[in-house]
Parts: sequence; structure tokens; C-alpha cells
Amino acid sequence: MKTKNGPDLKMLAKNREVVVILILLAGTCLVSAFTPYFLTSANLLSIFMGVSVEGLIAVGMALVLINGGMDLAVGSTMAFTGVAVGLLLKNGVPVLSAILIAMLLSAGIGLMNGLLIAKLGLNPFIATLGIMSAIRGIMLILSKGMAVLDMPPAFTVIGQGGFGNIQYPIFITISIVIISDIALRNSRFFRQSYYVGSNEKAAKLNGINVVKVKIFNYCICGLCAGIAGIIVTARFGSASVTLGSNTALSVITACIIGGASLNGGQGTILGAFLGALFMQVLSTSLNLLGVNIYWQNLITGIILILAILIDSLNEMRVSKQKML
Amino acid sequence: MLHFLRVEGLFKAYPGVQAVNDIGFTLDRKEVLALLGENGAGKSTLTKLICGTEKPDKGKIFIDDREVYFDSAFDAMKLGVNMVHQELSMVGDMSVAENIFINRQPVTRSGRIKWKELYDATRKIMGKFNLDIDPGTIVRKLPMGTQQLLEILKAVSAGAKILILDEPTSSLTIDQIDLLFDLVDTLKREGIAIIYITHKLNEVFRLADRVMVIRDGWHIHTAPVADMSVNKIVSLMVGREIKNLYGEARAIRNQNNSDGAYCFEVRGMTAKDLYSDISFGIKKGEILGVAGLIGAGRSEMALGIVGAHKRTSGSFYKDGKPISIKNPRDAIRRKIAYLTEDRKSLGLYLNYSIALNLCCNKLTAFSGPGFVDKRRLAQYASEQVRLFNIRTPSIDQKVNNLSGGNQQKCLIAAWMGVDPDILIVDEPTRGVDVGAKSEIYRIIKDYADADKSVLLISSELPELLGICDRIMVMHNGRVTGFVDKNAWSEEIIMHYATGTAEELEKADA
Ligand SMILES: Nc1ncnc2c1ncn2[C@@H]1O[C@H](COP(=O)(O)OP(=O)(O)OP(=O)(O)O)[C@@H](O)[C@H]1O
Ligand SMILES: [Mg+2]
Repeated sequence: MKTKNGPDLKMLAKNREVVVILILLAGTCLVSAFTPYFLTSANLLSIFMGVSVEGLIAVGMALVLINGGMDLAVGSTMAFTGVAVGLLLKNGVPVLSAILIAMLLSAGIGLMNGLLIAKLGLNPFIATLGIMSAIRGIMLILSKGMAVLDMPPAFTVIGQGGFGNIQYPIFITISIVIISDIALRNSRFFRQSYYVGSNEKAAKLNGINVVKVKIFNYCICGLCAGIAGIIVTARFGSASVTLGSNTALSVITACIIGGASLNGGQGTILGAFLGALFMQVLSTSLNLLGVNIYWQNLITGIILILAILIDSLNEMRVSKQKML
Repeated sequence: MLHFLRVEGLFKAYPGVQAVNDIGFTLDRKEVLALLGENGAGKSTLTKLICGTEKPDKGKIFIDDREVYFDSAFDAMKLGVNMVHQELSMVGDMSVAENIFINRQPVTRSGRIKWKELYDATRKIMGKFNLDIDPGTIVRKLPMGTQQLLEILKAVSAGAKILILDEPTSSLTIDQIDLLFDLVDTLKREGIAIIYITHKLNEVFRLADRVMVIRDGWHIHTAPVADMSVNKIVSLMVGREIKNLYGEARAIRNQNNSDGAYCFEVRGMTAKDLYSDISFGIKKGEILGVAGLIGAGRSEMALGIVGAHKRTSGSFYKDGKPISIKNPRDAIRRKIAYLTEDRKSLGLYLNYSIALNLCCNKLTAFSGPGFVDKRRLAQYASEQVRLFNIRTPSIDQKVNNLSGGNQQKCLIAAWMGVDPDILIVDEPTRGVDVGAKSEIYRIIKDYADADKSVLLISSELPELLGICDRIMVMHNGRVTGFVDKNAWSEEIIMHYATGTAEELEKADA
């Protein structure tokens, strides 16, 4: 049996990260042709600021998708953590402790998702849908439905300060993306997620602790959403209760654009981040080009469907290969 | 005496079945124990208890005289118990290297995978089997036989002290089987204890030191292979004697038919990269065998006939009239049935009950004014279960829970239900025990005797020679020859199958 080494170009085209980067570059050129404001440092920074939230959640979502699940509760988790950190600060908890407690809470939400799905065998869609509304409910009860305002400057600096022009959130997100991408590519522990997502039964037969792997990934996903919530709260100096109502969908879309599959076993963290970057660039460009907000919703919807279509076409190709 | 592995009084029940019933045995280093029994006898279950993937209800396992408990396959692997499962457990989306070294990739102290070392080690292991595959290849893209080899290599390379092989040769080519035999010999010499499950009895006499037969979960008999014969093993397994596996010869009835017209004909069927210019005809009452090595394109051809994929050319004639078959639905409508070799992913609805599986091709037959008549469906299903001797506690059992051989019988029963004129069967006896085999042969022959035509694809030559009237041989996606019953021999067929027939003819001339 010989496997052919195709030409490099073809290999590159198969690599989803490269494709997304090329599309991003092409898009940048195209948009810059219409508006001079796109390629300004202010605009690029604001794009990266935006992606520092969804790109961070995409890290966790990618892990969960790769291990064959999904997490619809990320938006609620983000909002909940933001409100939690706000209320803690209001009640005089020191900044560092407040942040740590809020992070623990968000990981706890992930743990709950993981237990329901991995231990009790609930369908991920249903389980996280339930947790999604339960968590938003708890948050509304705690905050009495009102935004938490007036955060101390020692806290808001996390979201507003920076090195030179570049704000901290960008650093935080990019370093998390790089570290976790390397881990997922190279560490034996993290790679278990691929085995589980691609063939759960086989993973179990080969001695992988499927339950542990799944729970771990949901925890990380919750944690990522939590950190994102803290960042947003720090950045705006207030915790909004409506935050993140569309987050799950757009992050899942980003991951799928970046090469993850709803069937599990595929995707990378870098890809997911690039997918989020793509979504952010798209919405910024539409804004700059003066496209009406209603149209923007339509376009995002179409992109989501296209992304999932590509995913299922891929799947079809795969099963066809099997058949022939 | 001190045994390397000792098992005492193992029990395991599933809902409605006592799969393993008070089984005990011993196994020593440098020993190959053949574990034999009918489909559903409990062979796979017994070995799963030993390798930690299932937990026994009761019983003890000792390794080196120390009692062991396994919570998962991982625990068992740590003690050197490795199993090659009957149902392949490859992770399709991942590379060959990461499958062979699943969850034990070489890592640095900080847990980073050493990729170069991983790939080199993989290449070295595959070298043992003359496999020249890039370790980065995604496993899904490889043929079944290769995947099965990788599965074996995975278990072997894990440093097994006890190796369990559950029907390891079911999708291997003849050459690969030879390599496996050599490997088993080597491992045995190196001091490894091996449990070998198979339905191919010749393998038992080639490899095993001792034979253990189980039936319906009970231990029946264990003896050195020297004290055994094929007939003895068969009667221990089945509980009765099977005189002639292939039944009575059926030469005569086709004589008068031999220049009769074809009732189904394929002309010039081609699909790019799969097969080209396939032409043949089949007569009423004929069993036409299709021989060829794995990869010759036999299953692809069959899928092409029923329109499962796009063809570039080809025409079909039934009873002399041209017909078109654009998709499998057309094929069913024209009473052409294809029984897949890949029962898991293409043949059965694994999560549905036996009853639903048996009726899936003919639900309309049970629907009154729009609704499916449950009672008649159940009646029909029970009838089929009895007719095909499917072993199950009830017709509501999920097909997934049946033993491999019984799943195969379900598949056959389901398709026989559509009453096809042309029946294409692809490896119908893979993983099927001798008793069931002879039943399947009987079913196929009865079918042909009822003036239907059968196209039988099989990798087992004795099977083809045993029940076919004529054999068509394929090589590299082409038909290389037809051999008649009065002229055939294994040798001629192998020459056609390896594409060396022309040389043979030249040498003859
Ligand atoms: N997960 C399960 N749930 C319910 N019943 C099961 C399950 N697994 C196996 N069984 C039943 O246990 C019995 C033994 O099955 P097992 O797979 O061990 O047979 P086997 O000897 O390996 O047969 P084969 O030769 O066909 O592979 C069968 O009756 C089967 O239906
Ligand atoms: Mg079995």
C-alpha cells in the first residue's frame, strides 16, 4: 500500500486554517478597496478586542465539539460570571478573590454540563439547553434583573488597560489560544479528546476514561466562557444581564468555519479562533460599509447555514468514501 | 501447578441471556488456546471479561497467581492484557500512528508527544507486516483488511503478555493471514500467552496448542489439539454432526439449462477508479460465484449494479429487456437485492429491534390503510427468526446486542424477505459459525433451486467451489475470466485473481 504525496498546494487547501487565513486576507483587501477605515490601527485593535471575547469562548467550544459534544450554555455562563464578579466586588470582596471565585463558579457550570452529559448520558444539546436557561435564571434572580454597575478601577483595568495601544484582553486571549492550541496538538492528555469524539466506543475499548475526558472539556469550556464574562465586565465597567444571548450560535459557527465538525473528532483551536476572527471581521466590515443591522443578522444566518452545509457535505464525502 | 492466567467460575448475564455461565480455564506462557463455539456462544463476552471492557457478575481472575480486578480496559492493559476486538476499534479520524499508539504515544517528561519517535516506531512496527503506509494517513481512508492488521499491530506493540485475538482474520487477505500466523508463532516463542477465537477451523490446527469449546455460555470441553479432529470440534460446538458443509452437489439441474438465456445481464459497466467494462450474464437457477483478492473491486461492482453510486457507463437487461437502475430503490423494485459485506454501517439498523430490521424492506406489506400492523409484523419476524435460526431472547432485542454471526443471519433474513429474483450476497459467511454456515449455504441453494439467480461474492475459495455453478474472477476492477464447474481448480482461479492467467495460457500453448 502506497499513499501518494499530493502536491503541496493541495495539502494546503485541505488545511482549514490556511483556507480561513486566505479568505481573511482576501476579505481585507476587498473591504479596504471600499473603505479606507478598515486598515487603520484603531479598527484592527477593535476587531481584536471583539474577538478576545468570542475567540476565547471558541477555545472551550472547540474542545467540546472535538470530543463530540456541544455547549449551548456558554452565553449564559459568560453573563452569569460577569454578574457574579460584579456582585462579589460590590460586596467588598477583593478583586483577585472575586475573579478567582467567579472563575471557579464558571468551571462549576461546566462541571454540571459534563456530569449530566458524560455520567448520566444526556444528549449534549438538551442538557446544555437546560443549563443555559437555568443559569440565566439564577443570574436574573441574583441581580434582580438589573445590570451591576460601578466596578472599582482596580478591576476595570483588566479590560481597559494595556501595554501601549494593545489592551490586556487581547494578550490574555491570544496567549490562551496559543497555549491551548499547542497543548491540543502535542499533549497526550489533550489528544484523548480526538479519540473520544471520533469513536467513543473504540476510545473506551482502548482504555481511555471517556467520562473524565468529557467532563474535563466541559469544565474548560465553562471556564473559558467565565473568563470571557469577566473580561467583558471589566471592559465596560458593568455587568449586563442580556449579555451573550447569541454567543453560543456564533461561537459554534466560528468553530465550524474553522474546521470543527458537529460529529466530533475534528477541528483545532487555532482554526476555531480564526473562525471567530472571520466572524468579527465580517461584522466589522458590514458596519463600516454601512450595511443595515437587519441585513447583518440575515448574513450571519446564511454564513451559519453555509458553514454547517460545508460540514455535512464533508461528512457525506467521508461516508461515501466508506461506501466505495 | 502454577498457571500464568487462571480464571475461575466467571458469570455474565445480559438481559434475557446468560452469556457466560460458570466458566473456568487456565492459560500458560508460550501457549495458544483456541476458543471455539457457535455464534452467540459467549466467546467475545468471555474474553471481554478478561480484558476489562466488561465486568463479570461473579468469578475470579488470577494472573501469576495474584487475583486481579479490572475497572476498565486501561487497568487490564497495565497488566499486559490486550485484546483485538471482533468489531474493529480504530479511531477513523486519526492517523495510523496515533491509532497504533492510542493513548500511549511516546511523550517527554512534560507530556509533549515526540512526533518523530512516534512515526518512526510506527513505521518499524508496520515493517513487520510489510505494510508501507505513511504513519500520518487517516485510518478511515484505509481498506478494512489493512485496518484489521493495524488493530493487531496495536495490541502486539502494546507489550502484551496475554493477547486475545477475536476473529482476527475475518477481513485479511491470504498473504496477510500467513503473516499473522508467523507473528503468532513468534509471539508464542517470546513467551506470550494467546487466546485465539475463530470460526475457521483450519486455523485452529495450524496455530493452537489446546482447544476450548463453549456452547450457550457453558464450558463444554477443553483438550490438546492433538486429541481433536474437525468433526469432533464441530459436533462439540453444534451439539450435532455436520456431514457435508456444502450439502448435496447440485450439478445436474443446470445441465439442461446451460445454454438457456440469461435472465440478468450486465454489459460494459464502468465507474472511474472502481471497475471497468464489467460484463456478465446469469441464468435462472444459477449460483454464479465472484472470486478475487481483496481490493479486486467485487463489492464495488455489486454496489454499482444496484446503483449505489454513479457509473460512467453500463447497461442492464432483465429477461432480455433493457432496464435502468439509477439507485438502490430501482434495484429493489426490479427485485435485485444486494446483501452488503459491511453489515455494521450499511446493512443493519443497529439500534432497532430485530423485528424492525427484518421488516425494513417490506414495511408496506404490513401496512393496512396507512398504518403498520404490529401484530402481523411480529408474527412475520418470529417466523423469520425461527426459519433462519437467529439466536435471541426475543424479536424485540436490539440488533446491536446480537453476536456477530447472528447479526449476519438477520441481514440475510431481512433481504430474503423482499423475495428478489437476483440475489447478490457479499461475504455472507464472514464471522459465521459452521452450523450457521451450512444453513446459509442451504438457504442460498434452496433459493437458486426455486429458479432464482444468486451472485455470490466470497473470499473463501472452498465456499465458492463448494456451492457455485460457475465462477467469475476479478482482478484490479476487471473481469479476468470465467471458470466452469467441470474445469475449475483453486490454481486456475488464483491465476485469474492475481492477473497471471495470460502467462499461464502462454505457458500452456
Ligand atoms: N451488550 C449486550 N447486551 C445484550 N446481550 C448481549 C450483549 N452482548 C452480547 N450479548 C448476548 O450475549 C450472547 C453471547 O454473545 P457473544 O458476542 O459473546 O457471542 P460470540 O460467541 O462472540 O459469537 P460470534 O461468534 O457470533 O461473535 C449472545 O446471545 C448475545 O446476544
Ligand atoms: Mg464474537
